[in-house]
Amino acid sequence: MLEQIFQFLVTGITVGSIYALVGLGFALIYNASDVVNFAQGEFVMLGAMNAIALLAAGLPLPLAAIAAVLLTTLVGLLLERFAIEPAKGASVVTTIIITIGAAIFLRGVASLLWGKNSLPLPAFSGNEPIDLGGATLLPQSLWILGGTVVLVALVNAFLNRTLLGKALLACSFNRAAAQLAGINVQVMLRLAYGLSAGLGAIAGILVAPITFSSYEAGIMLGLKGFSAAIVGGIGNPMGAVAGGLLLGVLEALGAGLISSGYKDAIAFIFVLMVLFFEPTGLFSHKAAERV
Amino acid sequence: MQNHAAMTNPPPLLAIETLEQSFGGVMALAGISFQTSANRIQAIIGPNGAGKTTLFNVLCGFYQPAAGSLRFNGQELRGLPPHRIAALGIARTFQNLQLFFNMTVLENVMVGCHLRAKTGLLAAALRLSSVRHEEQQLREWASEALELCGLSGQSERLAGALPYGLMKRVEMARALAAKPQLLLLDEPAAGLNDTETMALRDLIMRIRASGVTVLLVEHHMPLVMSVSDRLLVLDYGSVLAEGTPAEIQADPRVIAAYLGGAVQYAV
Amino acid sequence: MRLTGFFIFAASVVLLPVLFPDNYFVTVVGIAAGLHVILAVGLNLLMGYAGQISLGHAAFFGMGAYASAILTTRFSWPSLLAMLAGLWVAGTIAWLLARPILRLRGHYLAMATLGFGIIIHVILVQAAHWTGGPDGLGEIPPLNLLGWTVDGDQQWYGVIAAAMLLSIWLSLNIVDSRIGRALRAVRGSEFAAQMMGIDATRAKTQIFVVSALFAACAGSLFAHQQAFVSPDSFSLMISVELVTMVVLGGMASTFGAACGAIALTLLHEGLVVFEDYEMLIHGALLMAVMIFLPQGLFAGVSQGVRRGWALIASRQRHKG
Repeated sequence: MLEQIFQFLVTGITVGSIYALVGLGFALIYNASDVVNFAQGEFVMLGAMNAIALLAAGLPLPLAAIAAVLLTTLVGLLLERFAIEPAKGASVVTTIIITIGAAIFLRGVASLLWGKNSLPLPAFSGNEPIDLGGATLLPQSLWILGGTVVLVALVNAFLNRTLLGKALLACSFNRAAAQLAGINVQVMLRLAYGLSAGLGAIAGILVAPITFSSYEAGIMLGLKGFSAAIVGGIGNPMGAVAGGLLLGVLEALGAGLISSGYKDAIAFIFVLMVLFFEPTGLFSHKAAERV
Repeated sequence: MQNHAAMTNPPPLLAIETLEQSFGGVMALAGISFQTSANRIQAIIGPNGAGKTTLFNVLCGFYQPAAGSLRFNGQELRGLPPHRIAALGIARTFQNLQLFFNMTVLENVMVGCHLRAKTGLLAAALRLSSVRHEEQQLREWASEALELCGLSGQSERLAGALPYGLMKRVEMARALAAKPQLLLLDEPAAGLNDTETMALRDLIMRIRASGVTVLLVEHHMPLVMSVSDRLLVLDYGSVLAEGTPAEIQADPRVIAAYLGGAVQYAV
Repeated sequence: MRLTGFFIFAASVVLLPVLFPDNYFVTVVGIAAGLHVILAVGLNLLMGYAGQISLGHAAFFGMGAYASAILTTRFSWPSLLAMLAGLWVAGTIAWLLARPILRLRGHYLAMATLGFGIIIHVILVQAAHWTGGPDGLGEIPPLNLLGWTVDGDQQWYGVIAAAMLLSIWLSLNIVDSRIGRALRAVRGSEFAAQMMGIDATRAKTQIFVVSALFAACAGSLFAHQQAFVSPDSFSLMISVELVTMVVLGGMASTFGAACGAIALTLLHEGLVVFEDYEMLIHGALLMAVMIFLPQGLFAGVSQGVRRGWALIASRQRHKG
């Protein structure tokens, strides 16, 4: 029993890492613009699908992965330029629907380019499971965990140590003040979209060897990432990471101990409970906006 | 000082006792006590930040006070949500306009009649004949309020499309349509020109004449001095003075603290 | 007159099958459009007038459908009674959910309603013992209205047209009443509305329940008309489409929502030919309308018409 639970924890943290990365992307965009980007999951899907396609086109895996991340980042920038910028100042409902529209559009493009089947990406270092004292771990999971740690550390350092990162955070506290202080909010917005598209793409490439990918793989991942951001306190980047890990672990435990079919329901019941009782998030230290 | 006068007056319509309210350690109201009897125009003046609007917001149930009591017709208001306080007969206008901009002027004022009607969801959905009658009645009531405020020709315009001065009058009409016992006016003259302010003065007098008690927060001293029965002067969240306009104008503390030149201007 | 638009719309709904009998677009597409109108008009009460987004409305649609399906096939309930039970279930759940969920705003509300929709969808897929799981439930008996069994496209067109017109009539009545004004007031300024004596929580709760009832009713009709239900018809994508219909037509207009529903149904029908491009076009359309016509198609067009009409009227006045 204990071993089983250990196994669930390992699985949960692996899945949670992906949620954390997607949630981090949500938080970055929300920070810069107060927009919740419902196309975030599509960045994850595009990263994976681009990598798969480039690999099939003959590129070596590392090169395919890098090119896929760059391509997806470009998509993120285009999205900001052609869908978000023209609708500046629109209501929350309007921006939600625009990003949902973008998500459907990107899904449509993906299904045209790569069909509707699930496609695999080869694991980075084989498929030989690693024994971990009762629990087993795929080598790819180590890639996911390691990748998440590195990315989160990098984003954290970027936000807190660099001028550009601090400027990005300043936008979230007070946009007008940030503008007055000479920060180009427009540039920050593009930076946020580019960054979170890139993060999403990396998450997608890391997870694709385990879960495969298809044109609609981004829907659930995006929603779970959004959930992670909400659980962690929307607009709080490190909160989103913690929220993602928590969500992943809860989901794995729920799937293992209760029922695997209900795992998504369990995750969202948890999110609803957080919204009902602690709507500013579990890890929020900054006074969140009135909800 | 003037407190002995209260003994002979009829029982107060509104009695506020040692009311306290603070925001993050800043005392906005530091133990305010005062009373108003029915059918009066009671002005509340004081410099910006003295706590006037805070007092209104506490009265309306928008803020819950930290301490003290508010009695309206003997009933404690503390702890009641705004819609229940409204139901007791208190209506108000807002310093920064709170109109329903996407509705017509008539609809805005009909919302003011909300408590005087009783159509429920089911009856409304089925448009029973009782609902049609009530709609007619509401329309008449709303038109009366609009006429009183000089807005008769404007009823079908969108509230958001009106000039500022008219918007303020719609707020007044909307509050009056509720047939309140006590009407709170938060800076009704702000942004009005002299002609409009004189019209406002007449309107406030007419409102009082119809049996409504008025609490008036206002910076326009000529208006305040000419229209009020009594004045309450607030400063830093406490009562500096209370009395008739003449008494207030003669009060050295008020002159020192706040009024200054305005007194001569008014006289 | 208050209901002029309604009577014109009703007349065209009645005339269509007379002018084009046995036309695929009237009977088959018309039925789908009618159900969508009921759903969109109900959702518009919540989104357009109360200003509360719901990305989980398909859940209530599903509750009505599955209540009818399960109760008629497994328990042999009469269809009308099953429909009432579906309304009761959806209404009760909406009522219980309203208080905690409508306290949330903006993105939080979007997330909560979305999560709710997904939870219900997962239950429909997983509780296979009751719902038939992903394969769905078939052999649902036809709708029986007090002895009259609804049969064939023509009769279904009639039933759904009647339900649709009823839903529009109810919606128009609610909007133009004390209740509707209270709702719009809460949306305009919640504080001011409360100071007029409006219990904002109650107003929002009521309308949430009403819009759930509209959806559940559409669900019951859908189940009987299709004689088959499966979870796919009540997924997140359907919730998104319902929101699309409301905003496409223009929020806060009953006819706008109805037009949005009809337009999107026809669009789907038209895009069947370009099946592969459907998603792409749907997404692009959603973005384009929200960016360029945030008021919606119907509001944009009707504003244009009204302006044109005012121009003509003023010219004639000058002549006279």
